[in-house]
Amino acid sequence: MATKRQTTPALWNWRYLILRRVVQIGVLLLFFGTLHWGWSLFGLPLLSGNLSASEVLGQVTLADPFATLQILLTGHGLQAEVLLGAALVLGVFVILGGRVWCSWVCPVNLVTDVAGVLHRKTWRKNLFALPHHLRYTVLALALLLSVLIGLPAFEWVSPIGAMHREIIFGLGLGWTALVGLFLFDWLVVKHGWCGHLCPLGAFYSLVGRHTAQIRVKFDQSTCNGCGDCQAICPEPQVLNLKRLARDGQVLSGECTNCARCIPICPEKSLAFGWRLTQPGSGSVPAQHRLIMKEDNP
Amino acid sequence: MCRTHPSEPSAFITSGDSPIMTTRRGFIQKTIQGAAVATSGGMLWSYLVIQNARAEPLALRPPGALPDADFNALCIKCGRCVVACPYDTLTLAALADRAPLGTPYFEPRQIPCYLCHDIPCKVACPTGALSPTLENVMDSRMGLAFIDTEHCLSWQGLRCEICYRVCPLRDKAIRVETRRRELSKHAMLLPIVLSEGCTGCGICENACPTEIAAIKVLPAELIQGKIGDHFRMGWKQADGATPGSGPGDTWKGQMDAAPAQGQAPGLDYLNEPEF
Repeated sequence: MATKRQTTPALWNWRYLILRRVVQIGVLLLFFGTLHWGWSLFGLPLLSGNLSASEVLGQVTLADPFATLQILLTGHGLQAEVLLGAALVLGVFVILGGRVWCSWVCPVNLVTDVAGVLHRKTWRKNLFALPHHLRYTVLALALLLSVLIGLPAFEWVSPIGAMHREIIFGLGLGWTALVGLFLFDWLVVKHGWCGHLCPLGAFYSLVGRHTAQIRVKFDQSTCNGCGDCQAICPEPQVLNLKRLARDGQVLSGECTNCARCIPICPEKSLAFGWRLTQPGSGSVPAQHRLIMKEDNP
Repeated sequence: MCRTHPSEPSAFITSGDSPIMTTRRGFIQKTIQGAAVATSGGMLWSYLVIQNARAEPLALRPPGALPDADFNALCIKCGRCVVACPYDTLTLAALADRAPLGTPYFEPRQIPCYLCHDIPCKVACPTGALSPTLENVMDSRMGLAFIDTEHCLSWQGLRCEICYRVCPLRDKAIRVETRRRELSKHAMLLPIVLSEGCTGCGICENACPTEIAAIKVLPAELIQGKIGDHFRMGWKQADGATPGSGPGDTWKGQMDAAPAQGQAPGLDYLNEPEF
């Protein structure tokens, strides 16, 4: 394994990570630059607002579909502008894969990724186990509470919104929430926030679950089952070997397309590709498929 | 309660954070525990949000902002109004600021609202939290100015009236009443806020020369009273209806009907020195 890794240029192995950081920080910079340095194109403001809702070149409105959904659930009608903006964003992530948002856009990912690396390299102890599907309960709660209290429940406590707003519009005490998340992810539960609790991540896990076109493809013939990919994956449950063998690709909506697994694989068994419409090799007998479904509800 | 199915390749972790439910009892217990966590967590979450929404009633909103409950629900906290404001008046509340988290507000003593005719903040709002039906910025009601007469230079007998002169709705939102004084003392020119005209822009508060502004803007519901329908002031109207309840029944109307110059106009007699 080790020799193979050394044959590839080191930087090439970092390609997806570097690209992700460029996109994440780039999005922040576009918002920041438009507000503070007056960035524009053809005399039009480049990107005003923040990730909750924004305007591209003073023309196209984009909106957070989860925030929009919560507002609708409070019983308030919304202007067509924001509904179209939310539909546009939703459409993009339905095709790309919902959680592409998480690992390529979300600013909190910058924080929790660092905490994740520290956990892996320095700590490796969880205080308690949280189920991965807890996030869907939090998601359901966010939607239910929006109906009950008449306020978009998650938007009012979201550390994602707080971080993004404070970076763009000025620092308050929102960073304390991020310190909390960082410590939680590092020392308490590995990938605790993004991998177990975040309702926005849960929302995006459901978006594009069946339609996402860009997937991590799996080549069973070269895989030797070393488990390196699962060790680095922030959502290791999506790299279940039996499912990979059956589907020939990562189908779970919880995969964030972060691509950590692709360069780490010593056998190059994983790569980005278009979604297969037909399931892959189908090498696993039918009765085992039933068991696997129970394993991973 | 096995975490790994026997057929699973051993090098690979399976998803199993949660053990497979093996018994009905276990299932029911887990369900009840889950419901308990969700309920208590949900309540705590609600308290946080509701507390945050209600804790700070002092925030002045941009022009056209809907009433609090609707505004708080509709505002998506995107800050496009903040970007659109040419005077940098608006701020998005950060955690522990004096407004609910992430919502736009302004502090007129820092920068007031200059009442742009095209209302760019309202135009930028994608959700309608800033009412799209507001046509004329002078109809906006961001707050209501009130005067601390004990610390107002004009009310103390100096010549100032700066608030009156800077007011974009002079004589509609602030008027000046003259009052005679003793010989060798000049007359007093007393600024009085008229709630029918005041937009709450805060230009007066911004301009007030006292160390701490003697004219301030607050949300109207915090400072404005209501007479109540059961009071009858028969001398005001032939039908005996309560002033303030009819459309043409304005403060100015009462002032016109008031007695001679220098005497207290009806409602304002409490401010008279003799009283």
